[in-house]
Amino acid sequence: MTRYDVLIAGGGNAALSAAISAARDGARVCIVEAAPRAWRGGNTRHTRNCRIAHDAGNGILTGPYPVAEYTEDLMRVTGGVTDEELAAITLERSREVWDFLAGNGVHFQPSLGGTLSLGRTNAFFMGGGRAMLNALYRTAEDLGVDVFYDTAVTALRIEDGFFVSATVTENWQSETPRPREIGARCFVAASGGFEANIEWLTDAWGPAARNFLIRGTPYNTGGVLRLLMESGIRTTGQPDQCHAVAVDGRAPKFDGGIVTRLDCVPFGIVVNAHAERFYDEGEDFWPKRYAIWGRLVAAQPEQIGHVIIDAKSIDLFMPSVFPPEKADTLEELATRIGLDPARLCETVARFNVACIPGDFDHTTHDTCRTEGLDPPKSHWARPIETGPFYAYTLRPGITFTYMGVKVNRDARMVMQDGTASPNLFAAGEIMAGNILGQGYLAGIGMTIGTVFGRIAGTEAARYVSN
Amino acid sequence: MSAIDLVALAGAHRAEVDRQMTVCNACRYCEGLCAVFPAMELRKTFTAGDLDYLSNLCHNCGACYYDCQYAPPHEFAINVPVAMADLREDTYAAYAWPGAVAPLFRVNGLFIALALVLAVAVFVAGFALMADSDALFRAGIEPGAFYRVMPHNTMVVLFGGAFLFAIISIALSVRRFWRAAGPIPVTLPSLWRAMRDAGSLRYLDGGGTGCNNKGERPDNRRRLYHHLTFYGFLLCLASTTTGTIFHYLLDWPAPYPWWTPVKIFGVTGGIGLVIGPLGLMRERAVRAGVISTGNRGLGAAFLWVLILLGATGLLLTALRATPAMGLLLAVHLGVVFAFFITMPYGKFVHGLYRFAALTRHAHEQITAHGTITDPPRQPLPRTT
Repeated sequence: MTRYDVLIAGGGNAALSAAISAARDGARVCIVEAAPRAWRGGNTRHTRNCRIAHDAGNGILTGPYPVAEYTEDLMRVTGGVTDEELAAITLERSREVWDFLAGNGVHFQPSLGGTLSLGRTNAFFMGGGRAMLNALYRTAEDLGVDVFYDTAVTALRIEDGFFVSATVTENWQSETPRPREIGARCFVAASGGFEANIEWLTDAWGPAARNFLIRGTPYNTGGVLRLLMESGIRTTGQPDQCHAVAVDGRAPKFDGGIVTRLDCVPFGIVVNAHAERFYDEGEDFWPKRYAIWGRLVAAQPEQIGHVIIDAKSIDLFMPSVFPPEKADTLEELATRIGLDPARLCETVARFNVACIPGDFDHTTHDTCRTEGLDPPKSHWARPIETGPFYAYTLRPGITFTYMGVKVNRDARMVMQDGTASPNLFAAGEIMAGNILGQGYLAGIGMTIGTVFGRIAGTEAARYVSN
Repeated sequence: MSAIDLVALAGAHRAEVDRQMTVCNACRYCEGLCAVFPAMELRKTFTAGDLDYLSNLCHNCGACYYDCQYAPPHEFAINVPVAMADLREDTYAAYAWPGAVAPLFRVNGLFIALALVLAVAVFVAGFALMADSDALFRAGIEPGAFYRVMPHNTMVVLFGGAFLFAIISIALSVRRFWRAAGPIPVTLPSLWRAMRDAGSLRYLDGGGTGCNNKGERPDNRRRLYHHLTFYGFLLCLASTTTGTIFHYLLDWPAPYPWWTPVKIFGVTGGIGLVIGPLGLMRERAVRAGVISTGNRGLGAAFLWVLILLGATGLLLTALRATPAMGLLLAVHLGVVFAFFITMPYGKFVHGLYRFAALTRHAHEQITAHGTITDPPRQPLPRTT
């Protein structure tokens, strides 16, 4: 049996932060990453920034973001569903994240283009999350961390909350899987959520989950989470909780990432498979509403929606990776996207009549709204009458799940009886639900990963040296 | 290969860059890496001229490949360095003047090798047949020694003519390239900016980490070797220019003693022109396979010409007092002549297309944003 001081399951930001921290403190560390090398890094691949508290701008971050303001933001989005002690640790120690990452080779850039609103609060990785990962992997390799790719943790030997060893299986997806035992004095679970496990989602959501698209890695299947639950670790959050946004329905089943987002909803109307509207498309600015549209579309027949816009609006939003369906008439457009032409025309006609004239301005809550229409469109409502007409398809896109293992301030896992395990640690998405109990705050996932990755790595090394 | 095939090929490479830029434009994670992505963001759709322009903005550092969440094996198969390099080589042929020479880019290695061999052979034979019978084996360090081998006026007409032809041909090619992406004014601020960006190879460093030539561990070797090559070349030009001034204004014919600017520029430039291209060849040899393109010989042919230019010049300087002078002069002049006449039809033009693209980029960014975002200074240095 191979032996290490610290065995880390997962290969993203949290796993590497833990590995680097433990290795710098003298521990012998190995990382077991279920994905092949080309796909390493879990959902960190798809990220691009982390939200960090700081007392002053630094030339890239445009201004201060005090811990107090960060705390308010977190409380607002979670509605208070957070472990306040862990939240306080995360936000306070988020101040150290920049120096930690920069010290391990990560470069930052100012937020440009479409992300200016985050320029003060969020540190953007030069080149995005994969560039950040590459830097951390280089550092980890230089520190002597062993990384096993295409290797999944398939069994855990845990005795009364005490980790003994793990069975890891190389080439686990092939016809010749090679299981072996790795013993270690500590185990760090940094293996992500279970959003790519359609069966698990189906248990929680029903058959609708089969039509969900997974925005990130297909390797977040929750295998380690399941093993830990079976070993008596306490969980936090509910299995049906997930961050679901509306994405382009033509996106790949997995790993579509950022490019599958659609920003066009406020500029048109959204109809379901019966060509009927179902929610106020102009309720608020899209960045404040996109995260509810995943659930809205998930609740519609066949979990599908269609955005209908006309020539007036086609140039008003970020270019999309997939070109829209385009037709000179609404009837033709309806046929092309599989809707009943008569019903779509009727829905659009009813909408057009209800639009009251106003001053269209997509940068403010303008005065273009509907009257006497249910559901209403509160802003940016303009008759859809100028051909050619365009349609984008919407599907629910799952970003991450919230359910995970309960941890304490040392990143130690908490057992069903409330005691902390001496040598089982967790970091990243698998425990992020402790802090982000519900809702979403851009860039906090990476911050939780780095902060708790560092805590887990440091505490594991301390346990090893004692 | 016929011109029609070239057009079809350029079409395929353009279509691929168009497809990839559409994905990139919906992602934009790479916008801090170089000039390509901010230029892309100013457009929602891309004309052929836009794509050709973007391909020449790309410095081929490879960072965006390694940073990309959509790089192969992802089904979007984004590999911007390769797509840009493929199209970029097409653009040299597509805009070349006169158009009939475009096929020379398909078989560039062969073309340039032939030009070299022919030019050197003609000079050696010419010296043997037309000058004094012993011109080929004459030593000479006294003023005018070179011109007893080949009369100065003959040299001026021959090389001036070849150089003029090259300049005109390149100017017409670059003008076609410039116009294809749409007419914009050439302003002093954008020219100045482009000179600084080209002179420092600002966009060859992956946004500050270095060039990913070898793979996931970036370094700055390509930039170093390119600087040696480019500034070596400029020093050689300065040497020729000061030589002309010496000849006409000071009435002091070549060869010159070692302490003159002609020699100091020439020798240091020549050394750069040998070491730089050798280094660049090494960097080509160790380049990661995933970001390497199919080789049409442009790069290698150009590097060999530069090495020969530098090496024959240095040898001529070193051995001019020996009977090898005549032969070496013939060889050196042959290489210079071949360099001049092949200049418009090989990798040499990359610098001018790149400079034109950087000028357009500077103008666009200044017009759209008032300035060009400077690369951020990292508040903490890299410690690993």
